[in-house]
Amino acid sequence: MKEKQRGSRERLHMKDKGGERLDHSMEKAYRGRLLRQGIDSAEAGLPHLLDGHDLLAVQAMSRPQGTTAVCLRSLEELLERDRQREKDGFPRKIKVGRLVRPGRGTKDRITVVPTTVEEKLLHDRVRAEEEGGGSGGSGEGEEGEVIGERPIDDPASEGQGGAGEGQGGSHELESDAYEIGRILTEQFELPNLRNKGKKRSLSHYTYDLTDKHRGSGQLLDKKATLKKILETNVSLGNVPDVRRIDPTRFLVSPSDKIFRILSREREYDSQALVFFLRDYSGSMWGRPTEVVVSQHVLIYSWLLYQYARQVETRFVLHDTEAKEVQDFYTYYNLRVAGGTRIVSAYRLVNEIIERESLYRDYNLYVFHGTDGDDWDKDGGDTLPELRRMLDSTNRVGITVAGSPGQSGRSNLEAYLDASRLLKQRPESLRLDRIDEDADEQRLIQGIRRLTSEDTRTRQSAEA
Amino acid sequence: MQLIDQHSKRIMEGCKERAREAGLRFDAETLEYIVTNRDLLELSSKSMIPNLYDYWVHDVEVLREKGRYDLYPSNPYETVINTRPVISFYNDNNPDWLNVMIFYHVLAHIDFFQNNLFFQHTWDYDFNGEALADKRFIARLRSDKGRWVDYVIEFTRGIDNLVGYFDELSRLDQPIKNDDDLRLDFYFDHFLQSELGINQSEYLKEIALYNEFLQESPDSGQQLFFSRVSKAWPEFDEKYKSWLNLRESSKNRDLLEFVAEHSEFLNRYENRWMKSVMEVIRKTSLFFQPQIRTKIMNEGWATYWHERLFLEDERIRGHEISFSKTHSQVASLSRLGLNPYALGLRLFQEIEAAAEAGRYSFEFERILDAHERQGYCREGVSGRKTLFSVRRHLCDSQFIRSFVSQDFVDRHRLFVAGKRLKRSKRSWEYYVKSRRAADYRSMLLDKLYHPPRIEHHIDDQGKLVLVHRFEGKPLVEEYIGNTLLGLEYLWGRPVTLETHRVVEIKQQSSEDEEPEVTWEKVRYIMNSRKLSKRRI
Repeated sequence: MKEKQRGSRERLHMKDKGGERLDHSMEKAYRGRLLRQGIDSAEAGLPHLLDGHDLLAVQAMSRPQGTTAVCLRSLEELLERDRQREKDGFPRKIKVGRLVRPGRGTKDRITVVPTTVEEKLLHDRVRAEEEGGGSGGSGEGEEGEVIGERPIDDPASEGQGGAGEGQGGSHELESDAYEIGRILTEQFELPNLRNKGKKRSLSHYTYDLTDKHRGSGQLLDKKATLKKILETNVSLGNVPDVRRIDPTRFLVSPSDKIFRILSREREYDSQALVFFLRDYSGSMWGRPTEVVVSQHVLIYSWLLYQYARQVETRFVLHDTEAKEVQDFYTYYNLRVAGGTRIVSAYRLVNEIIERESLYRDYNLYVFHGTDGDDWDKDGGDTLPELRRMLDSTNRVGITVAGSPGQSGRSNLEAYLDASRLLKQRPESLRLDRIDEDADEQRLIQGIRRLTSEDTRTRQSAEA
Repeated sequence: MQLIDQHSKRIMEGCKERAREAGLRFDAETLEYIVTNRDLLELSSKSMIPNLYDYWVHDVEVLREKGRYDLYPSNPYETVINTRPVISFYNDNNPDWLNVMIFYHVLAHIDFFQNNLFFQHTWDYDFNGEALADKRFIARLRSDKGRWVDYVIEFTRGIDNLVGYFDELSRLDQPIKNDDDLRLDFYFDHFLQSELGINQSEYLKEIALYNEFLQESPDSGQQLFFSRVSKAWPEFDEKYKSWLNLRESSKNRDLLEFVAEHSEFLNRYENRWMKSVMEVIRKTSLFFQPQIRTKIMNEGWATYWHERLFLEDERIRGHEISFSKTHSQVASLSRLGLNPYALGLRLFQEIEAAAEAGRYSFEFERILDAHERQGYCREGVSGRKTLFSVRRHLCDSQFIRSFVSQDFVDRHRLFVAGKRLKRSKRSWEYYVKSRRAADYRSMLLDKLYHPPRIEHHIDDQGKLVLVHRFEGKPLVEEYIGNTLLGLEYLWGRPVTLETHRVVEIKQQSSEDEEPEVTWEKVRYIMNSRKLSKRRI
């Protein structure tokens, strides 16, 4: 009896600890994000003491906005400058800023802001996670009295994924993802994909002089016409000796003339279908999610460029169960707290592929973002599904977003290593581990690892 | 950008007359421009100085000026800039009554720029004009040296928050000493005391002797006294000369000046142009320094005057309601968060009232009873006069330290708002943390601009050594690398930085207690563009 009691008490205790860890990571994620946004992190959303300007406060002018075109152009110039910096032996400085939540329904649009920081020797806060160093306030209320609250993920004040807070939002420029894909490919030297896999006709055509027609047409096909005339004359008996042909005796009928005519040709393009899988379990809350989703947006942009917009996307979310969601918006924003069974997502992907016979017509890509936690500790269920998935897809890229300094590998990494799948099938399975506070540069580097054709890249990444 | 029309200009001139009568002092010439949003886009990245030098980071920063103030003292979207003549910017379609209010606001700013002592170093020249010359200079250099100009700008800007602003001010304030005064200083302050080490009675005798000499012959007394000194101590003149040299060389130089003066790399013939670029950056930084240090006062002052002068202005009777609405948007104390306009205005109002009620007196300070303090009223000094004196002599930190009193905090029901994470609800909870004036003051002071204090010297191997004076705050660690990298480039040799970093923060059991912070002293070494860190 006593044993039993103690056991349950211990379990309770552990449960508490688990909760604490969750809260801790939640706080850290939130504060980490704040820190990134500027020095005055403790009270994001509240007006800063030195943050009033006459034109805005007194004259009520609106903040100026740059146009998309100008900013994109400047982005390219800036990146060019940045490459030059590297050649000159200085670290790069431009960051392709935050990628921001796409609006519902307009999943083709994402937002990019080139940013840079002027590094100086500046005072930092002692504790980044300071419980609000305090701000000012006025009005009623006893000491200790609560005067208001704001949800941590209040979009108005914070913006998950850095949608830019408050007025900041107006500064971001929008561009379509294709354009960003181009920049990623060209400026960040992401690999170009080899066209492989199946091809399928699409609804666009080109016109070419490919068809032949007897008697009339646009262009005389001399070789074919000559052949035809010879053929006719052979059958007429005008060619008694094939070794000594006398063309002057040939009879030429108008219907022997063979012309080329314009005809409609179907264009064959390779096209891709991408599955984005995201672990939305409790442990993914905050920064890991942001990292994963930002990277997925980049990958999407890049594929869109690679396949000349012929990219279709499917979004799958999973905790212990997987479900497909309709658009990127939902994919981006939905969150839930729960456990993790990676196998559920893989199984769902396999089912979709099979049910719709997708492997015949598409280059299939699967990108999976997770923190590597899996209830299926030894991968007994997951690995067979993964193998099945590898057979039908071009590439499976797994991003493990971990907290920095987190020692030891996650379950997923452990059983993948044990299965030797990464070594055996480097051409179709890649894994990249990133810290949850990785910046965009790192994300792009990650994409390179996940997508490059060169298997060496992966090995060096592992090293 | 175009000038405002004649009609508005006439209104402005009317405002100037009234503001002068009320006691504000400013130059007669001003320039007012209409700006569009497109203009703003360009101007705000250059801190509203139309002629500021071009720099690519400005372009990027257009997109994100949140948190700029912490990084660099500048004023995106400020209406007035401190040039000669003063330039101010206006929205195109302001109605007349609003323009009157803004004009008064602007005039008060101008008065502040031109009278507050913290702006003293900007009084004798037109920054905009010099900036134009600098801009052309940098453009010309760029066509010659290409991107290296931008690197020098970047690396210098990396340390431009360490300019010796206060040294610059105190240089302006020092009385000019002639050779006689210096000789006297040296004899009595250094020579007698440290070189000869005479005792007090002898020292007093020397002073008496000196006074005797002066009394006997007021004109040549000092000369005679020192010829006696030279006779008594033949080494005196030599010692005096070497003291003078030492004094000259140890004059306070900020890091930028120091690097420009002592860097072997910069002093090579082919690199000398870099020093001129650095000087441009330094000058620009110095120009903006007072602005960020007087924000609350400046805005409070302008708000105080626009309110007062607008209501006295007979030209725009009938617009009081529209005015009140706009004014209260600017100057209301927010329930949560800080507003420099509101805070500054309240403080100036408080100062005026307190001075007139005689509350700045020893007698008042001795009263402990809160009720009695509230009703205290005696014959005081002129409130207006006190205001002007505060405007002349103080900056934000002094302003807050001197005038945010418990009475003030109570009267306006101010409090320090705390914030804590509510785990169960996944939300931040704001609460009234403290209503004590001391807490409120320190919260405000903590928000003010305060660059780290970093001292510098050269060690035996020619390394530039920076020592960060510890004030209970670490440096932003991720910025250290690139800053030192740039500095190493300018210095041409390794650079080291000594500072403290946080090793561990131990949360106390109760929420109210400050957590315990363990510090560690470290030395960063930048050598051949590689950063290393060592504990010391």
